[in-house]
Amino acid sequence: MYRIIESNFIAPEVKQFEVEAPRVAEHWQAGQFIILRVDDDGERIPLTVAAADRDSGVITLFVQGIGKTTRLLNRKKSGDFIADVAGPLGKPSEIERYGTAVVVGGGVGTAIAYPVVAALSAAGNRVIAIVGGRSSEYVLLEPELEATGAEVVACTDDGSYGRPGFVTEALKDVISSRDVSIVFAAGPVPMMKAVADVTRPHEIKTIASLNPIMVDGTGMCGGCRVDVGGNTLFACVDGPEFDAHLVDFPLLARRNQAYHDIEQRRLEDFEAECRVEAS
Amino acid sequence: MSEPLTKRERMKLDRVEMIERDPEERASSFAEVNLGYTAEMAKLEAMRCLECAKPKCVAGCPVGIEIDKFIRLVADGEIGAAAEVIQRDNLLPAICGRVCPQENQCEGDCVLAKKERPIAIGHLERYVADYVRSEGFEHVAASAERTGKSVAIIGSGPAGLACAGDLIQSGHEVTVYEALHEPGGVLVYGIPEFRLPKDIVKAEIAGLEELGVRFETNAIVGRTYTLDELMAGNDAVFIGVGAGLPRFLEVPGENLIGVYSANEFLTRVNLMKAYLDGNDTPVLDVQGKRVVVFGGGNTAMDAARTAQRLGAGDVRVLYRRTEAEMPARREEVRHAREEGIIFDFLVSPTELHGEDGLLTGLTVQKMELGEPDDSGRRRPQPIAGELERFDTDLAVVAIGNGPNPLLLSTCPELERTRWGTIAVDEATGRTSMPGVFAGGDIVTGGATVILAMGAGRRAATSIEDWLADAVWELETEPEPVEA
Repeated sequence: MYRIIESNFIAPEVKQFEVEAPRVAEHWQAGQFIILRVDDDGERIPLTVAAADRDSGVITLFVQGIGKTTRLLNRKKSGDFIADVAGPLGKPSEIERYGTAVVVGGGVGTAIAYPVVAALSAAGNRVIAIVGGRSSEYVLLEPELEATGAEVVACTDDGSYGRPGFVTEALKDVISSRDVSIVFAAGPVPMMKAVADVTRPHEIKTIASLNPIMVDGTGMCGGCRVDVGGNTLFACVDGPEFDAHLVDFPLLARRNQAYHDIEQRRLEDFEAECRVEAS
Repeated sequence: MSEPLTKRERMKLDRVEMIERDPEERASSFAEVNLGYTAEMAKLEAMRCLECAKPKCVAGCPVGIEIDKFIRLVADGEIGAAAEVIQRDNLLPAICGRVCPQENQCEGDCVLAKKERPIAIGHLERYVADYVRSEGFEHVAASAERTGKSVAIIGSGPAGLACAGDLIQSGHEVTVYEALHEPGGVLVYGIPEFRLPKDIVKAEIAGLEELGVRFETNAIVGRTYTLDELMAGNDAVFIGVGAGLPRFLEVPGENLIGVYSANEFLTRVNLMKAYLDGNDTPVLDVQGKRVVVFGGGNTAMDAARTAQRLGAGDVRVLYRRTEAEMPARREEVRHAREEGIIFDFLVSPTELHGEDGLLTGLTVQKMELGEPDDSGRRRPQPIAGELERFDTDLAVVAIGNGPNPLLLSTCPELERTRWGTIAVDEATGRTSMPGVFAGGDIVTGGATVILAMGAGRRAATSIEDWLADAVWELETEPEPVEA
């Protein structure tokens, strides 16, 4: 059992958790994730670790309540327990001194991008963090990103905050005005695909952090397989970061919908239960 | 029945077959298929033993159980004593009695096998184990004297459990590290409930815990712990992490939704209990659907029979050789057939077809058997132009696993074979790193529960030597990595 030290909603249905997991905190590096199970009947889901503090043994997670499991998790409060936390899994991000690096985060993907921004900044890069959301309340972690020394460009789809429009528009501007060595992207699949499409003609090395469905997260099941340049690779052990110019994003998007109907039913049942509990 | 039977009389007796759940009932139920022996049946079967002066069955057992002795005790009704005999060599008899390929081991070497009526050693082992468990017999107590030495075991599958069982009996401290949230390895994620009820695995593991073995779940060595950390904190380390990455077909369409590795399909159903209401792990709906399973081993049988139980309309096992070459236990093949599984031999998939990302069908190439290959089995080869296309909704790939890179990639100094498995001195399980031992599928590639247990026990013996004399000598040099 893993104790939640603190938890707070930071945006609608987006919750920040501080969880006691000393072994994970000890070994975690930017880019790595954990597999989590909320309770004994729960499914195993991957979640990127946003930060870890070795001294206190605490890891930071950001959870967007989309399906039953993430909504169930978001009902947990400080002092509650999570059944299982296993990790850190996946290969760490390749952090080097690239020069100018752009990190693009969309929605809760900003939480995935945050540790990469911090690590790149610490490694002496000039980092531009482009973070986007549907509207102002979905722009996450702006002050935290600024605290790393990165230049932050916030965008909203509806123009309610920062620069109006998609993150890709901001990315185009940065590319045209700066000498960008590398781009990292984390967020919804269409956003990552769009980022890859923007950087491809400029031949800028671009890394995407993929988010396929996983079960064990240790290479045993192959459920997370992705097509990268015509090769079938496992995101859990070969990734989760891959060359975005080689990733078959439509395949990833399609495979992520494999359980859509079942998940929809589970969510509806869960919400009905919650309503009964509340009444 | 008090007078001992003569050999001639014993040889006339028929083998007592186990009671099995009705095939029609079990095709939709995850309850165990084999229902076990009654006391009377066990005694009758044990009485058939000819009590050979030099029992070949013992030599045929990978862990050398004194089979002749325990069978004699069963015939005498001394079930508790029979259990003690078995436990001297095997701490997990309820599991082995159920999943060992006895026909190739003890029963295959039984003198009565020539008449196709070998003593049902597996059934008897299972009977004894189940009897003492249900009667609440204590596990053999660990030696009271603690040695103060500690051993880390990586992986809680058959190899790790067997190794842990021996070492705890010798008074060492033993901690088993398991990557998943539940200990048992392939016994819990792979082998289905209907063949090996999970309560039995839990009881066997609880027995080891009572003896003092500590289990730490969610502990992925190579990630949560490094091998160096375990070596620093212990006097020896045993690696029994099992097989890893599942192999896929390497044909077009293998990433369509509806194509599972057997590992994923079985893990969703067995470990995650996707078939039970109230569990959150989904599995693709197979109700009334057409399912194909690629492979001819026990895992393929498990996948096919699992699909059938989930309500599939039509389940086919596609194997590229013939029935004679199938590595599956004979009983599993028979059970599968009884449950309505169809077998197509001498076919190999060439392409999986789909629509909108979903699997809809496949094309298979017809094969014929040619000359024997390295394994001694005749090699299947394609018959030119003989292709067949048919529809399917789900495909499960059960053609084996490669080694898992997680642990190995973090310790390059551990020498490997050309197949990527860990190189060891076979007799002792010693690796190229002093103090580090390995056994089971991570050394042999995909094999059986009992072979892994045998390797775990051999390593335990060698660990004892190492803890006593700290001498690291290898009889055979581990084969170096080939670039």
